[in-house]
Amino acid sequence: METLLAIIVGVLFGAGVYLMLRRTPVKLVIGLALLSNAVNLLIFTAAGLTRARPPLVPVDALRPEGVTADPLPQALILTAIVISFGLLAFTLVLFRRAYEVLGTRDIDEMQGGGP
Amino acid sequence: MLWSVLAGFILAPLALLPAGPAARWRGWFQALLPLGLTLYFLGRLGAVAGGQVLIAHQSWVPGLGVDLAFYLDGLSLLFALLITGVGTLVMAYAGAYLHGHPQQGRFFFWLTLFMASMLGLVLAGNVLTLFIFWELTSLTSFFLIGFDHQREAARQAAMQALLVTALGGAALLAGLLVLGQAAGGYDFATFLSRGEVLRAHPWYLAGLLLVLGGAFTKSAQVPFHFWLPSAMEAPTPVSAYLHSVTMVKAGVYLLARLHPVLGGTPAWFWLLTGFGGATLLTGAWLALRQSDMKRILAYTTVSALGGLVLLLGVGSEAALHAALVYLLAHALYKGALFLTAGAVDHAAGSRDVNQLRGLARPLPLLAAAATAAALSMAGLPPLLGFLAKEALYRAALAAPVAGLLTALAWTSGVLLVAAALLLVARPFFAAPRTPRADLHAPTPALWLGPLLLAGGGLLCGLAPGLVNRPLLAAAGAAVTGGPPVPLDLALWHGVDAVLLLGLLTLAAGVALYVNLGRLARVPALWRGAPGWGTARLYELGVAALYGLARRQTRILQSGYLRHYILTLVGFAVGLTALTLVSRGLSPSLPGLAELRLFEGAVALMILCGALFAVFSPSRLSAVVAMGTIGYGVALIFVEFGAPDLAMTQFVIETMTVILFVLSIHRLPTYLPRSSRLVQGRDALLAIAAGGLMTLLMLLVLEAGGGSRVAEFFAEQTWPAAHGRDIVNVILVDFRAMDTLGEIAVLTLAGVGVHALLRLRSKAGEN
Amino acid sequence: MPSLILRTATLYLMPMLLLLSAFLLLRGHYLPGGGFIGGLVAAATFSLHCLAFSAQATRELLRVPPVSLAAVGLLTALLSGVLSLGEGAPFLTGRWGRLDAGVLGVYDLGTPLLFDLGIYLVVIGATLSIVTSLAEEA
Repeated sequence: METLLAIIVGVLFGAGVYLMLRRTPVKLVIGLALLSNAVNLLIFTAAGLTRARPPLVPVDALRPEGVTADPLPQALILTAIVISFGLLAFTLVLFRRAYEVLGTRDIDEMQGGGP
Repeated sequence: MLWSVLAGFILAPLALLPAGPAARWRGWFQALLPLGLTLYFLGRLGAVAGGQVLIAHQSWVPGLGVDLAFYLDGLSLLFALLITGVGTLVMAYAGAYLHGHPQQGRFFFWLTLFMASMLGLVLAGNVLTLFIFWELTSLTSFFLIGFDHQREAARQAAMQALLVTALGGAALLAGLLVLGQAAGGYDFATFLSRGEVLRAHPWYLAGLLLVLGGAFTKSAQVPFHFWLPSAMEAPTPVSAYLHSVTMVKAGVYLLARLHPVLGGTPAWFWLLTGFGGATLLTGAWLALRQSDMKRILAYTTVSALGGLVLLLGVGSEAALHAALVYLLAHALYKGALFLTAGAVDHAAGSRDVNQLRGLARPLPLLAAAATAAALSMAGLPPLLGFLAKEALYRAALAAPVAGLLTALAWTSGVLLVAAALLLVARPFFAAPRTPRADLHAPTPALWLGPLLLAGGGLLCGLAPGLVNRPLLAAAGAAVTGGPPVPLDLALWHGVDAVLLLGLLTLAAGVALYVNLGRLARVPALWRGAPGWGTARLYELGVAALYGLARRQTRILQSGYLRHYILTLVGFAVGLTALTLVSRGLSPSLPGLAELRLFEGAVALMILCGALFAVFSPSRLSAVVAMGTIGYGVALIFVEFGAPDLAMTQFVIETMTVILFVLSIHRLPTYLPRSSRLVQGRDALLAIAAGGLMTLLMLLVLEAGGGSRVAEFFAEQTWPAAHGRDIVNVILVDFRAMDTLGEIAVLTLAGVGVHALLRLRSKAGEN
Repeated sequence: MPSLILRTATLYLMPMLLLLSAFLLLRGHYLPGGGFIGGLVAAATFSLHCLAFSAQATRELLRVPPVSLAAVGLLTALLSGVLSLGEGAPFLTGRWGRLDAGVLGVYDLGTPLLFDLGIYLVVIGATLSIVTSLAEEA
């Protein structure tokens, strides 16, 4: 399963990078979403997989029994999910505004200033 | 001693306070600090002359072995007295010179900072402290040269001085680190006792060259001399203080300080005498071609610095002693001449030696000071300059390549005599064409400084014993590395080669001055001479740097987003791949947890979603594919014991799709596909990036995962944090600070979107 | 014009969904849940309302501007951290107390719960600010 997940991460990463290199805003945002999914999955899998043992302390116990899933990557990913949602929304809105103001469909032509 | 350095840094901001009607006394007020310091250092004369070395230590970065250490021996004391003594006069002088200037406070602020930095430099007790103050003097001098920042020329000059000296400073740092490593210590106490080790060390030459790079740029040696005449754009007090008496001598100080450990080798001899000799001659020659008093003085300063470096290069006791006398004599007469030039400019409105005439009658005190100083510069008895010149000739005659060095010293001596005459003869003593009535008499602050400095030169020449045993002997001991020996300073040695040389110098110098006008009409001599080569090189270098920056910006900052992404991902992939290849890492295929049917189906769903997102021609279906991938990832979270993640991911994925649905018809439709070539290039990079991630992950899995702190969290969650869901406890308790940052970012995203959309529509309504 | 079915269903679903979100928030310390998830569920609920009716209607329902909600959340989280400072403990140290509510049971209350509430409000505020802004423009 780990090998398969490694391949999935690779595919998602590659697809994300490819989409981010397109000139259409929607593709770029979707690429961003795929990239963050890939990274979350990467952190999750890299810490080691444990089937169906959530990191919970049972009632009337002082610590979890036996081996549970690693809680630290889960905490990291949980915030990462929420943050990447904020990022995604912001990017989406930014492109929408750029489209409205600059009137171009092409990211290449969205150059307000600079060199 | 620590406080003597820090006082300047602490008190400098006082100068920025508005002075109101007391502004006319500001110069005198600012002179109080250097005056106090002068008295303090005078009080140390006895101890230092007795052979004592005063050391002060302040622990600074103990982890790196860097201390703020100060060290006061004869050499430091000589410099410290020059810095504070001349500093006192210059401060008082500047108050009158810049009378009524709106930015006077800023000027004194930087000047005081400079003085403190310079003091720190000469009192530094280890090489790193020395370097820090060295750089501080470069920085403060930048602000002082560019004080008149509304003028383009002043800005250019400041930039030039900063670039040249800062580049030299970088070389110096490297050199000091190399030498410090070789010596096994950065403290002078250890550093200065490891001469044998250092000179035999394989890094000796590299360290020496780097240190010389720093010293030569700071002390304006050929070919780096061009910044010093340009720096004459600074107000005259700055030129007098920084560019003749103190800062430009920092390089000389460094070489003198390091002479006992680095000197005495063939490399030292040839490099220092070579560059010093070239500078000695070039400076004196170029001085004659100027007509601006300050520029004449600047070039003769270059020449004098060359002479000092030459003497340090020769390295015999006589030469080192000569260097010290020369140093003191030069400081006194050059300071006086610079201050006079400024006062003349102030009074007559010009510094051009071809235009000024007959100033002796209206400005008698200045004329006296200028004459005494110029005679000292020309080397006439009984002034200190005479003793310095005699010592120079004596050292040159006894040096290894005596013929060449003596010829060099003599030629530049002739040129300096002519330059001295050029400075005073016509401006002060020629009959004026028209009597000038518009001169305004200088205030005491303007003539006191030059007069005291020139008088000092006369006094020391008449009674050298005043400075010999108490000051110069101890300084000589520090430079030679031996016991303190009084210098041979007598006005009369009998009729010998040195005396004859001196007389010849004077005669030839006067003859040269008389024929100067005729010489100037020979264009080959006057215009084609060397000197502008490196200045031109500097300009070309700066222009090339700007060109390179522009080109690089055009390439790297193309303005195309995908180029940036391409560069970033390309570099990340390339560098990581390089590491993998160079380490020879290749993964095995771990089968840690076996594959279940359900999981296989989820994986297939994600893979299909990814392909669909890339290749679908419709935006909506691509969004749906993206959602599918998100749900697939959520299912993986469910399967592997992460219910918190799964729930979050489900909701977020739903929200994301809602966002897209809400804005998709406000977003542009797909563009026609890029060319095959671009697609192929991007696909290649994407496949490389994806493949590399897979590879990396397999390597990580092989190494074994699991966070080391997991055990701590498992044990502490209930007893310490009263929680049972470890993930949530990490978020709100163990790592709450991180979470706080994250929700702050989320808030910002919300505010950002709000600002982008809502505020605009409100503005539209108005 | 959204369908009547959606509108009607939304009105019935909303109380239950909001109850669920509060439940997720409160149980977060002991079972899967917490401020992030609870907040997201609540935000999704209001987003549903926004889709079924209009951004204007959702804003009126909320009464408070979403951005202010996020700000209040951030301040709440900060406050929970500052409380421990008074006892000389480092910023964000967890402090616990026990609430005896008689028949209703005994509860552990602590500053982490307040912090979680802050997260909850920030997530609702930020998400809804995004959603309503977008919906208003659409």
